[in-house]
Amino acid sequence: MSPLDDKQASASTASGNGIRTDLKLIAEMVEPGSRVLDVGCGDGALLAFLSRRKGVDGRGIELSMDGVHQCVAQGLSVIQGDAETDLQDYPPGAFDYVILSQTLQAMREPRTVLETMTRIGRRAIVSVPNFGYWRIRAQLLLTGRMPVTEKLGYQWWETPNIHFCTIKDFVVLAEELGIRIERCMIVNGAGRVTGHAHSGLANLLGEQGVFLLRRD
Amino acid sequence: MSAPNPAAAVPAEPATMPGHRVTLGVDKPMRLDSGAELGPFDVAYQTYGTLNADRSNAILICHALTGDHYVLDQHPVTGKPGWWEMLVGPGRPVDTDRYFVICSNVIGGCMGSTGPKETDPATGKPYGLGFPVITIGDMVRAQKLLVEHLGIEQLFCVIGGSMGGMQVLQWAVAYPESVFAAVPIATAARHSAQNIAFHEVGRQAIMADPDWAGGNYLLEGTRPHRGLAVARMAAHITYLSEPALHRKFGRNLQNRQTVTYGFDADFQVESYLRHQGITFVERFDANSYLYITRAMDYFDLAADYGGGTLSNAFRKDGKGTPVRFCLASFSSDWLFPTSESRAIVHALNAVAANVSFVEIRTDKGHDSFLLDEPEFHQVIRGFLEGCAEHRGLTRTSRT
Repeated sequence: MSPLDDKQASASTASGNGIRTDLKLIAEMVEPGSRVLDVGCGDGALLAFLSRRKGVDGRGIELSMDGVHQCVAQGLSVIQGDAETDLQDYPPGAFDYVILSQTLQAMREPRTVLETMTRIGRRAIVSVPNFGYWRIRAQLLLTGRMPVTEKLGYQWWETPNIHFCTIKDFVVLAEELGIRIERCMIVNGAGRVTGHAHSGLANLLGEQGVFLLRRD
Repeated sequence: MSAPNPAAAVPAEPATMPGHRVTLGVDKPMRLDSGAELGPFDVAYQTYGTLNADRSNAILICHALTGDHYVLDQHPVTGKPGWWEMLVGPGRPVDTDRYFVICSNVIGGCMGSTGPKETDPATGKPYGLGFPVITIGDMVRAQKLLVEHLGIEQLFCVIGGSMGGMQVLQWAVAYPESVFAAVPIATAARHSAQNIAFHEVGRQAIMADPDWAGGNYLLEGTRPHRGLAVARMAAHITYLSEPALHRKFGRNLQNRQTVTYGFDADFQVESYLRHQGITFVERFDANSYLYITRAMDYFDLAADYGGGTLSNAFRKDGKGTPVRFCLASFSSDWLFPTSESRAIVHALNAVAANVSFVEIRTDKGHDSFLLDEPEFHQVIRGFLEGCAEHRGLTRTSRT
């Protein structure tokens, strides 16, 4: 489960293909027939979709036991494990894509996770919620309280999201780590905002960003 | 391959024991890890279901320490139902309507395969301690000969729990091209110090029984029943868990209102363990117990195949193993705890192998793999179905 899922999945995001919008955006970035590791694969929706539609050789890691059971019981190759400890073992370039969907902000060490993902994958695909989204900014400015939105539906004292960032923050960290953003999709509830991560509009109007990354 | 129908390829059996028996190592004795040679030797086995035309639907089941090949048959000695009827059978996760299931008694065992209680052709007497020390690798070597004898080049799957899981790992490492999928359950890539220690307690109990007679009890006309029963009692505790024992027995007294201030079986748990010990000696040979526990103690995949690093054991010619793995552990299993399975998963990740891993939540301890655990069974069913799809096994491919 992504830390966003329970408050979001049923709301408005199921796409025509039967998977969440951000998962659909991620799927668009994956080349057919490639080797994919989905980190935090939940109930396996994306893996199943990628296996069926794109013929990928898919693997997954999932923290929750229920998620792992659901995945393996439908024939997906998934291990019970923690992204922060169980990614270390994979050899460099073991996968064409390592995917992390809506979970980076829940990691204890997002920086290390990004480094590891771009080491064990030739490319990484990461989707992150944008804390710089104007609605979030407005809430903090106008109410003076920690923002709670439809997609980030937790109170401050219960949230698993301990490392929020804005799209600008994410771009800066990627630069620092020598990770190139090969492609990005900035979206909000109304659809696609821009394909330029550096654009000021992205950081203001984007609700989330999906990034295709590669270590230089 | 020109092997005939496997059922026809085996000689007739004594009427009392269901299943088949084949003599292997006739032309050339089998070289054991110890350097000794064994052969010719017998392997007793049982099969269920039908081998398909291209011989691609065979599943080998590897049994545990005191198990045997009667996966689905009523046990010829105890009369109990087959030991894995929960998992294996028509419509079950290991579906005998779909797969050809093989299970053989390990060499060193006492249910028809050559072991210390069988007659040494060189002396005409039971082997006793003259039987060579065998390893998990030797057990699997014998199984490989059996599988070749049945005309099967690649097993669709090898599956087993505990010591059976060790054999599964051994198969995947020693013969990766002969295994499409591997399911090691509640097992480890090496036997831990604690587990060796428990085994040593069992062996010492047997050898301390005067009726063991230095291993010659068959010639002396005695049976080390007391020693073997104690060994079983100690081992049986390790197969359960504290919560399971407490749930089952608590501190309940056995057919009495108060304690007797003596050493009778006052407590139900004592009575239960004594019963486990007594019934075990009816069906198991004491020397086999020594040999098979020793084989488990010696098991260490990393040392034998990886130069001390487990992941190297799963690497061949610079490439990761082609075998698809599904590991399962049980949360209350303290004999083969989840950490042992996780160590294997990490080693498989290091070679980017295709692996699934599930820890099943249960309080029933190590023996959970033999019990009715629906989540576990769903996982096995799903994994096998996924593998069957990748292997191109269709439901209609049976002959």
